[in-house]
Amino acid sequence: MQKMQLFLEIKNLTKEFFLGSIISRQKITAVDNVSFNIKPTEIFTLAGESGCGKTTVARMILGFEEPTSGAILYKGRRPKKGEKVWFTQGMQTIFQNPFETFNPLRKVDCYLFETVQNYKLARDNKEAQELIDRKLKSVGLSFEEVSGRYPSEFSGGQLQRISIARSLLTAPSLLIADEPVSMVDASIRMSIVNLFKNLEEELSMSVLYITHDLATAYYMSGQIAIMFRGNIMEMGPVEKVLMNPKHPYTKLLRESIPEVDPSKKWRGEIAFSNIEHEEYLREGCKFAGRCPRTMDICKREAPKAIYVDGVLVKCHLYCSD
Amino acid sequence: MADDMSVLTTQNLKSFYVLNIYGAKKVVKAVDKVDLEIRENEIYGIAGESGCGKTTLLKTLYGLIKPPLRLIDGKVFYVRDGQEIDIYSLSKEERRKLRWEYIAYIPQGAMSVFNPVIKLKETYRDFLDSHLTGKTKEEVFDMAREHINKLGLPVKILDAYPHQLSGGMRQRVAIALAALLKPRIIFADEPTTALDVVVQRGVIQLLKGIQEILGNTIVLVTHDMGVHANLTDRLGIMYAGKIIEEAITEEIFGNPLHPYTKYLINSLPKFGDTGSRESVPGNPPSLVSIPSGCSFHPRCPYAFAICTEQMPELFDAGNHHKVACWLIKEGKDAKDAIVS
Repeated sequence: MQKMQLFLEIKNLTKEFFLGSIISRQKITAVDNVSFNIKPTEIFTLAGESGCGKTTVARMILGFEEPTSGAILYKGRRPKKGEKVWFTQGMQTIFQNPFETFNPLRKVDCYLFETVQNYKLARDNKEAQELIDRKLKSVGLSFEEVSGRYPSEFSGGQLQRISIARSLLTAPSLLIADEPVSMVDASIRMSIVNLFKNLEEELSMSVLYITHDLATAYYMSGQIAIMFRGNIMEMGPVEKVLMNPKHPYTKLLRESIPEVDPSKKWRGEIAFSNIEHEEYLREGCKFAGRCPRTMDICKREAPKAIYVDGVLVKCHLYCSD
Repeated sequence: MADDMSVLTTQNLKSFYVLNIYGAKKVVKAVDKVDLEIRENEIYGIAGESGCGKTTLLKTLYGLIKPPLRLIDGKVFYVRDGQEIDIYSLSKEERRKLRWEYIAYIPQGAMSVFNPVIKLKETYRDFLDSHLTGKTKEEVFDMAREHINKLGLPVKILDAYPHQLSGGMRQRVAIALAALLKPRIIFADEPTTALDVVVQRGVIQLLKGIQEILGNTIVLVTHDMGVHANLTDRLGIMYAGKIIEEAITEEIFGNPLHPYTKYLINSLPKFGDTGSRESVPGNPPSLVSIPSGCSFHPRCPYAFAICTEQMPELFDAGNHHKVACWLIKEGKDAKDAIVS
């Protein structure tokens, strides 16, 4: 069982940014020693509030950003300089805002043909068109609907589908989806989420789903990692992490979701962070400033990762010594 | 029944964007025959997809009509001290005086409204200066400090520049600013969109707090049904420029009548239930060419003959639950006819 091939391995990934001038330089560890694995055919969710470093992780995986330390192993090895095509062919991405993904003055099908050309996926125009049509059909559109039209003629949900179809052209084995539904209307959001579920089941693809929306994460993913200020606070199967959260931060996140049920209105108030980078610079556990169960040790020492009931937790509450 | 006094009513409100592109006239029917009655001391929610006219409705209620938007028909009445005021009969100056003191508007993306080169307390002073006269600088700052403190925000933010605060904090400061002069009605346009869950909860907490302190009315527009379930007392569902269903929030969630509302509520994922969820089929209609009859009929699985011909009127289905749907109006017989 342990021999199952890991598809993407992230090992002790760290990224540091520097703020301010030479005199008042501050180091911000945006991603701090993050490790996780993505297996073939699974939806892995990376969740957390804005500014927790989840997009930085995605940018490093895609090679837009050089990690300060740590390794990203794709199919068991590190991609070399000249292997960009090989690497990106297996790994495609979908961005948050479908209206910004496409140039409003260019026809949408240009992007599709361009991808076919860049990866040399077809020998002639006819073959390219067939391939595009097939991929568009798998997201519920067709080539006739799309060809010759501009982005303004589509709704946000349709553009996001076209964006997914484009990434499917190279037959990738991993999709990195950075907040793919947060700009899409709630009424059509589920059609995109269901599409990801189908991709996983029918094309046996893996999806790295980056989001702050825990409800859709619960609905579609298998594994989940909760990030806070650059650290993974809790990681494990979604059913355990979200239905029975251990870390106080996961509990806070879980309680902050407005349930679609007027009988479950929130009671009580919660504490907020006012200044983001103060939390980044904090010694010890980054969450100590807002945690309802802070102890002395939390302010001095960063908690180690331990496993409780098959779930990775970083919290002093669970350290017995 | 003093609580049930209405504070804002509209009659047959129509406001369209009239565009003239190279001689071709294009009419966008953003708000089409809307009758509202919003009461004192309640939070009224308006839900719908983007492009259904929610924001235009708020602008029309607030009196922000600028070309190409035009008020085609209908009236908006505010009730102030027992008197009805038709806002479109007022002069510009009179309307300006009503703003912020009687009605306040929190626009979409309110977090970016602040002047980036002055401290927030100066923004507060600018704001107060234009409405109150004969106060010294210190008195004004004290007022601002007291106000911020009462709403549970840290007072030190007044000495900060906008860029030093996070987006969620700025959003809350903008909302606090809107409540500064104790308006009787606050319009909030998508106040929680683009914020993450924890910050969103903070914003909702603040809006609720303001409403409890002032005992006023909030009209909240958002497409997030979770926020509506948590915050609003009454809810109107908007589709293609019209209100198609309106009831007490508990009633809407417990017993949605319109097929569109049913889809909206049932499509949302819930914790502890990974059963498959379907979203509304098809795409929202363009407001330039609204389908004939009931505007939802091309997406409605229950549509029958009359739906394609005639727009159903909003009627009371009992229990103050209003709905505009032929299926409900024609009753169960029609429902059986379609099923068979």
